[in-house]
Amino acid sequence: MGVRNMGAVEQDTKLHGPHCIPDTFWGKVGWSLQRAFGAYQHDITVPLKDIKINVNNLSVSYGSQRILKDISCQFLPKDMVAIVGPNGGGKSTFLKALLGIQQNITGDIKYSGVCPYDVAYLAQHNQLDRRFPLTVGDVVSLGLFKQVGLFKSVNKEQQNDIMRALEKVGMPGSLETPLQALSGGQFQRVLFARLILQDSPIIFLDEPFTGVDTQTTKDLMELVQEWHGEGRMIIGVLHDMDLVQEHFPKTLLLARKPIGWGKTSEVLTKDNLIESIRAARNWEMLETTHA
Amino acid sequence: MLENFHDFFIAPFSDYLFLRRALVACLSLSLGCGPVGVLLVLRRMSLMGDALAHAILPGAALGFLIGGLSLPAMGLGGFIAGLLVATMGGAMSRMTILNEDASFAGFYLISLAVGVLIVSTQGSQVDLMHVLFGTILAVDTLSLILVAMIATLTLIALAMIYRPLLLECFDPGFLRSVGGRGGVYHFSFLILVALNLVAAFQALGTLMALGMMMLPAVSARLWARHVWSLFAASSIFALVSGYFGLLLSYHVGWPSGPSIIFIAGLIYIFLLVFGKFGSLQQKRIYA
Repeated sequence: MGVRNMGAVEQDTKLHGPHCIPDTFWGKVGWSLQRAFGAYQHDITVPLKDIKINVNNLSVSYGSQRILKDISCQFLPKDMVAIVGPNGGGKSTFLKALLGIQQNITGDIKYSGVCPYDVAYLAQHNQLDRRFPLTVGDVVSLGLFKQVGLFKSVNKEQQNDIMRALEKVGMPGSLETPLQALSGGQFQRVLFARLILQDSPIIFLDEPFTGVDTQTTKDLMELVQEWHGEGRMIIGVLHDMDLVQEHFPKTLLLARKPIGWGKTSEVLTKDNLIESIRAARNWEMLETTHA
Repeated sequence: MLENFHDFFIAPFSDYLFLRRALVACLSLSLGCGPVGVLLVLRRMSLMGDALAHAILPGAALGFLIGGLSLPAMGLGGFIAGLLVATMGGAMSRMTILNEDASFAGFYLISLAVGVLIVSTQGSQVDLMHVLFGTILAVDTLSLILVAMIATLTLIALAMIYRPLLLECFDPGFLRSVGGRGGVYHFSFLILVALNLVAAFQALGTLMALGMMMLPAVSARLWARHVWSLFAASSIFALVSGYFGLLLSYHVGWPSGPSIIFIAGLIYIFLLVFGKFGSLQQKRIYA
């Protein structure tokens, strides 16, 4: 699927901050209505090469505890970044902070070229209820949420897009299949089909390959590579270091604070990894003595 | 034969106005409570529903003190009390160490006690029975209009928030990432639950109002697997329970509210064993 209709920008300055909702009251009302009716228009096309995310001194606290401290980095167009680190190191939290859906943040996140709402976000799939009474088609068509809003139905052309996306992830003809009947790998393929339909310039993946079989991982990784080739920015939380070293040019190593950031080969050094494990042991000990 | 059929299934309703009214009340209730119950189950809020249902009692009791046994007065009081407990329970679980289930259980037990105290000290034993178990056979025109209004409002409102509401329980992260505000939909839904419980309260009383919502909904879960067919199945099960419950109550002389819930319970138990999806028989397929 080609790259089309990328982020709408009239004045770059309006888009700063994690929410690019208009400032005025009526602006907000209009914005919400537009979205509800699926009339959210991308009237100006921004070239993918102008898309950037600047993170400046980002911290996230949970109660009195800081679960992320002083992250500053810049994500550039065409970046393909892996976020790695020990469990509880704030990887998912960091993604949520970037999306503007994490509470208690300090610091600055600046999007240029797009809005945080133009990001396609894949949450950890174990957070979703796979026994929910939806069909595969229902889930994939969620990728059209911006176009259809709360009320519009999916038109013929969009229906074809949905089928093409399902073919692409290797699940043709599964439109009517209930979610309950899917395996973990198939479910993840369906979520990737939804990402295809979202057709976003920026894609966040939270542990996309955890609990997914090898073949599916391979197929979906190819898809991610293709998106990368089209010039989209990809930021993914990953556990599999081999996968990171093989496919992701840049890495951010997080253990509640940034331990390394830059070229993957320079970040994933023995020293850095040991430091991250040591940091994890420290906070684990602190938490057990507190509890 | 045909005569017997008519006598048994139709005559009670054609002969008695109060039974006809009760049947229409059941129809309105099932239209509203069916879909709301399904959403309650899907959102794993059965317990919240329980708390709301019990919390209606003290509010309804206050309404009873002021307006007597009239649904509008008791309904308004119950609605406000229900929402109060729902928000308080939620707030307490966020602000204290208690989990949501524990804090809700605490609040609804208190409200049940306060409600029973108010009604039994200020009214008669009969009033208390009415409040606890409902008086569907005494539904008057005004109450009927109110119940029908609630059903209408519920269906319209659900049509408006249908997508985000489902999305919020299936994949909340996705809804927020596309700019939807889960909290708004959650609260609108709470209001709908409270409204429908108030409507069911007249027919079934505080103790069993939730039955008209939960039992058809969980039965539907075993019978259908699309959200729309769940809604339809749930409403139909509720209506069938209402109809046969009233018949049972008329022929055997049992109290009407419990009879309705009893039939709904029979449907549920039957489907637990023989249901099409995820029942004891089918478990292996979708496990």
